[in-house]
Amino acid sequence: MVTEANISVARIWSLLENVTDPEVPALTVIDLGIVRDVILNSPSGDGGIEIIITPTYTGCPAMDMIATNIKMELLVNGFDKVKVTSVLTPVWTTDWMTESGKQKLKEYGIAPPNPRQQVCNNDLFAPDEAVQCPHCNSYHTHRISEFGSTACKSLFQCYDCKEPFDYFKCH
Amino acid sequence: MGRLRKTPVMEKKLQFEDAVNPSSGGRGAYLLHLADNALILGHRNSEWCGHGPVLEQDIAITNISLDLIGQARNFYQYAALLINKSKNPEGSKAPSSSVIASGANPVIASGAKQEVTEDSLAYLRDAHEFKNCLLVELPKGDWAATILRQFFFSNYQYLLYGQLQNHKDEQIAAIAAKALKEVTYHLRWSSEWVIRLGDGTEESRKRILKAIDELWPYTEELFLPADYEKEAGIDPSSIKEEWLKKVNEIFEEATLPFSSVIASKAKQVIASEANPVIASGAKQGKHSKHLDDILADLQFLQRAYQNSQW
Repeated sequence: MVTEANISVARIWSLLENVTDPEVPALTVIDLGIVRDVILNSPSGDGGIEIIITPTYTGCPAMDMIATNIKMELLVNGFDKVKVTSVLTPVWTTDWMTESGKQKLKEYGIAPPNPRQQVCNNDLFAPDEAVQCPHCNSYHTHRISEFGSTACKSLFQCYDCKEPFDYFKCH
Repeated sequence: MGRLRKTPVMEKKLQFEDAVNPSSGGRGAYLLHLADNALILGHRNSEWCGHGPVLEQDIAITNISLDLIGQARNFYQYAALLINKSKNPEGSKAPSSSVIASGANPVIASGAKQEVTEDSLAYLRDAHEFKNCLLVELPKGDWAATILRQFFFSNYQYLLYGQLQNHKDEQIAAIAAKALKEVTYHLRWSSEWVIRLGDGTEESRKRILKAIDELWPYTEELFLPADYEKEAGIDPSSIKEEWLKKVNEIFEEATLPFSSVIASKAKQVIASEANPVIASGAKQGKHSKHLDDILADLQFLQRAYQNSQW
């Protein structure tokens, strides 16, 4: 039986490690840095647990599913009074992605975001930043398209192993 | 069943009029304007899905659609919250203005206590209730027309959201700040394509010049403030100079003649009731027939099968 006394915030955070992104299943919501807060006895959550999340991109279609999956994960672990709230500020950035998340992405075949913020750079035809090929580790790569299979990715190709790959772009 | 239901149209009329009710400080109508602009352009761009000139650009334009529709959702959700609050001021269930409840189950509720939702705002309003500008509802045209419109509009959104991210309404500021990062991509991408087409082949140049002639007369409306913009403390005419500067800069790079744009604007006189010289009035609900075409497509399912869900 779950009671207030034996719930700890750390326990909730560790359960959230089991919730993955439906579009990039290699990553958990913790890896992505989209869980911003866990509040116990939340006044705005009717005294239950409130989970604060933030979207990666404005139009990310996975957010509703992520909210449902968080509720499901907590429900099967005995927490039935859970509210998931989505906030827009502060604005999500790839800087919030964990190091282990970046490692998992690479193993999954997606190049992890470079640490440098470059989205504010609005220069036209800006030279491609050096993105490492997740397959052969070469930096001899080029961008095919700024937009990829999901909002958070762009499309690259490696000159050396010739493989195309997704790059989780800096944002 | 068997009992005659109260016509939803009547209920709807009452709800949506609340959006312009002074109790929402004019913000309701302004939010609908921002949302409608994003939704309609997002829908237009989505028409390229599967028809893009090459796969990568098909993906690019539909990604931009997704971003725009995401913006529309955020603005509609907030508008719905304000509208419902103004109908039911006692309602303590509404989240604070800095948060939006996750839209896990956005049902179009039926019955007496019908609440406005993001879905009812998008799917159940008639054309004259939409407040988007004319530019975004025009048919997608060829690739040059789509690119040029995106450039004009992204340039406008970039400057507008730059202002809105400091708006005194925290939620409007938050939506704008979030979207601005994505609009930055849209502006860069569309600028590069204007340059490619203008400074490309004879054919691409011919097409973008034609697009300039066709679209330019619709740009002025972006900067003509509607009453709800003034009430929300926004003066779009204040960003016109910056906007023109950017157009000039990109056209120069694209070897496109900026001065001829001004001349073509003078030539192309499109009459409207509101203004005999400038194509405008859409922000106030006077739309071209093109919006009807979009809504017939976009709203069909919810109109034919009310309250249906995925």
